[in-house]
Amino acid sequence: MDQRVPRSRWFTWLDQRLQLEDLLHFLRKKSVPRHRHSVWYYFGGVTLFLFLIQVVTGILLLLYYKGSEDLAFESIRFIMSKVEFGWLIRSIHSWSANLMILAALIHMFSVFFTRAYRFPRELTWLTGMLLFFLALGFGFSGYLLPWNELAFFATKVGTEIIGAVPGIGKPILEFLRGGSNVTGATLSRFFGFHAAVLPGVFTVILVAHLILVQRQGMSEPLGFQLQTENEAKTMPFFPNFLLRDLLLWLIVLNVLAILAVFFPWELGKKADPFASAPAGIQPEWYFLFMFQTLKLLPAKILAIDGEVVGIVAFGLAGILWTLVPFWDRKSSRGEQNRLLSYVGILVLMYIVVFTVLGYLM
Amino acid sequence: MRDNETTYTGSSASPPGRRDFLKYLLGGSLLGWLASLLYPLFAYLKPPKTGEVEVSAVNVGKIEDFPKDSGVVFRFGERPALLVRTADGEFRAFSAVCTHLDCTVQYRKDMGFIWCACHNGKYDLNGRNVSGPPPRPLEVYKVVLQGDEVIVSKNV
Repeated sequence: MDQRVPRSRWFTWLDQRLQLEDLLHFLRKKSVPRHRHSVWYYFGGVTLFLFLIQVVTGILLLLYYKGSEDLAFESIRFIMSKVEFGWLIRSIHSWSANLMILAALIHMFSVFFTRAYRFPRELTWLTGMLLFFLALGFGFSGYLLPWNELAFFATKVGTEIIGAVPGIGKPILEFLRGGSNVTGATLSRFFGFHAAVLPGVFTVILVAHLILVQRQGMSEPLGFQLQTENEAKTMPFFPNFLLRDLLLWLIVLNVLAILAVFFPWELGKKADPFASAPAGIQPEWYFLFMFQTLKLLPAKILAIDGEVVGIVAFGLAGILWTLVPFWDRKSSRGEQNRLLSYVGILVLMYIVVFTVLGYLM
Repeated sequence: MRDNETTYTGSSASPPGRRDFLKYLLGGSLLGWLASLLYPLFAYLKPPKTGEVEVSAVNVGKIEDFPKDSGVVFRFGERPALLVRTADGEFRAFSAVCTHLDCTVQYRKDMGFIWCACHNGKYDLNGRNVSGPPPRPLEVYKVVLQGDEVIVSKNV
């Protein structure tokens, strides 16, 4: 039944050794459902593409970056002013990092709202959430590497927040900072996390995530199977969907290039551990809603420090969100769960409103 | 308690006591082996205490270096400290570490407060947290004027 097109000698040579036909057969079998929410299927791929860009530009930056208190800032200034196209590589790395988090957020919320996490894809959601937290770790650790003022204080605040977690906070804080203060020791550790530990762990979980997606195929929205045969349309993954994916990647690459060239990433002022925090200090935008919440919380809530209440609340919310496939039994049974949609909208609105507030205040 | 042991092992030759002894010996050595593997690893992860110099007093400068109604952040041991000269010429010193989330505070002339840029926390000129998220007052240091030198020391 398979169309036996004439193959090149190269293909035959490889096929005799690696059974490529089996692989092609597998790829052809996979199909992508077509419906009015199909557009969301692309964002996982976009996130993956941006991650690949991060790997490539990250390796390029490693050729010149020096991860120490005395040299980090200067080495990035060197990359941006002396190395040919160094400014471009660094700017792409910074922009791509931000777009990757954005794409991952869109991917996560679309999976949430279409309930694609429901049975049997709980593990796909779980690995996806792990990847998301690791991506945040990438962002947080990478932010410090230029060793500028903003990054220095953002790291102080960020690690202090982890330190405020009751019980386990303090030892983790010391482990992350490499001491009780943010110093050159912190920079060394963050550099190690950013360029070695996180990429390794991320890649392993990413492979698991992708294997799960390939094994289980694309999730169909609730009610999709109820449609009659000619209503429920699908598209072959290979090559149709993949080609669309690639076209979108090309567009993303162009957007990235435009942003990197016309809005180059700034370096700022070198960090001085014995200077006051500058006005207008802010973390990266994806941490801003939490930052803004901590800013607005009163010093004490029922005799507990306000920030501890905030941190514990965010931690619990994050755990609940991560475990949603396990407590949303209704969706797994294939029933509509309106309540969850409202929860999702509420979470999204909270994040948007507090992020905007963070920029305005 | 081990009366069915002989039925499936059939080795009535080795009494349960000896068997248990071997089990605990092997299990114990396995645990010991794991501990000897993990302990150096975790100990390595924990940053060593670098002989943090315990500073008790710092000479910040001459009185005339500090105009009235101004503040300056200076190094006090491993951490920053803040010296404020009030509008009526009085010197006050504090730890410059915000009690909220570890940022470094500054004196804001226009506000008349000590201010933290990170989360908009405010302290008055006695170091008391008066507005915003800081949960505790700033640690107050002692200022001594020796001749025309400003010496800041920790209250012991």
